[in-house]
Amino acid sequence: MASAPIVANFDLNTNRLKHVKGRRIEAPAFKAPLAKKARGGTESFLGWRRENGRVGVRNHVVLLPLDDLSNAACEAVANNIKGTLALPHAYGRLQFGADLDLHFRTLIGIGSNPNVAAVVVIGIEDAWTKIVVDGIARTGKPVVGFGIEGHGDIAVIAKASYVAKEFVQWASELRREKCPISDLWVSTKCGESDTTTGLSSCPTVGNMYDKLIPKGIYGVFGETSEITGAEHLCKARAATPELGERWYRMWKAYQDEVIEAHKTSDLSDSQPTKGNIAGGLTTIEEKALGNLEKIGRECRYIDILEPAETPAKGPGLYFMDTSSAAAECVTLMAAGGYVVHTFPTGQGNVIGNPIVPVIKITGNPKTMRTMPEHIDLDVSGILRRDMTIPEAGDALIETVIRTANGRLTAAEALGHREFVMTKLYRSA
Amino acid sequence: MSAPHLLVHEHKDTVGVVVVENLKAGTDMLAVVTHDNKDFRITAKADIPIGHKVALTDIKKGDTIWKYGQDIGIAKADIAKGEHVHVHNVKTKRW
Repeated sequence: MASAPIVANFDLNTNRLKHVKGRRIEAPAFKAPLAKKARGGTESFLGWRRENGRVGVRNHVVLLPLDDLSNAACEAVANNIKGTLALPHAYGRLQFGADLDLHFRTLIGIGSNPNVAAVVVIGIEDAWTKIVVDGIARTGKPVVGFGIEGHGDIAVIAKASYVAKEFVQWASELRREKCPISDLWVSTKCGESDTTTGLSSCPTVGNMYDKLIPKGIYGVFGETSEITGAEHLCKARAATPELGERWYRMWKAYQDEVIEAHKTSDLSDSQPTKGNIAGGLTTIEEKALGNLEKIGRECRYIDILEPAETPAKGPGLYFMDTSSAAAECVTLMAAGGYVVHTFPTGQGNVIGNPIVPVIKITGNPKTMRTMPEHIDLDVSGILRRDMTIPEAGDALIETVIRTANGRLTAAEALGHREFVMTKLYRSA
Repeated sequence: MSAPHLLVHEHKDTVGVVVVENLKAGTDMLAVVTHDNKDFRITAKADIPIGHKVALTDIKKGDTIWKYGQDIGIAKADIAKGEHVHVHNVKTKRW
């Protein structure tokens, strides 16, 4: 015979906390329309200032495999030493040329990200392992590498576990400090878009950038293929005509060299995706126009980044040449050094990232009704016309600051750690 | 203002987006143009899911479809005002 659950201070019917410290609070994902205010305001946040001056909002100790063969050892160390994080992935052998450069740039960028306090790199052999260790070491953070060949997994796991234990205990004593909002790097990419993203969640991100870029933050957008149909508008949003021309040549090169070379009549139903179509998006042009709403009305991009490249032209909005696949794109932006990600979704993409908190924003009331546990900010009020885009932008800024201060995102709480390397072509 | 059934980005647009669930054929829809909050009414000619588009005018086969004030594709068939606009009657001009 089933017994009734024992419940205190929690309403099982609404999935809401009833009391915390004597106050009733409600989980934001279940509550429309406005998010709670960030304690301490939105001009500053609490982060970890790293050795190179960059500020992180998470404090991970990472076990970073150089290659697919080293995943097992990294996962074993993460199992031994609590509070560490292994980042298994599929590649790293027999890559060459630009593809190998991207592999190293991504791994070094992830290790260098200020959300990471310290890194243990494990590779099958020493030489390439050293390249990643040396790259991460330029930030000044603690990093140690191990090669497996000549030692075996068990000896490497033991040695790496001793180091990881030292790192995690050291990192656990580092303290957050108050940092100006200009120290925040915020990326964006949307996923499982539908017509509501172009009406609500994407312009919400755009409004956030219009307000925060003038305060000196770094922003980035990408998704080269998903600008198709809005390329004339994106080209015009460059800071200078010359940069717009450079952007257009980059976009056109992807069209000519990849899309035209491999396309079927309808891109195999890949753009728009089946989910996009279910959500009402009909063509790539329609999808792209909604996508571009993420850069707002005012800001202009000041440079074009290679995938996983760190921006070097100072504060402002950047374009990164990325895939439009969510996990690949967010991973590349994390490797570029961005510490918080804003992710508009329509139909309910559930992606997270292991080192960067991914904030989900939706305006689709059906998605809020059917899968609210994945959503950090509900802007469906925009569709009902009881919330304006500027109000939604303010609510997102509050959510970004609360997340930076330490509030876990839905994706973090649900354990979404999609870490996906971008591969340019077949290995040798 | 009561909550709209349909949102339209720009006055130039020939389609609008259904923003309520369970919209039934015959509904006298309140439509709002987000650009300036001007509203108008239009009758749905089909059951149309949330997020899907409605023709705001009679569209002829071969006509360009306008949304965001921009070209989003081409009509593959005649589409009457109030009918469902989607992959069955519109396609991209790109691939």
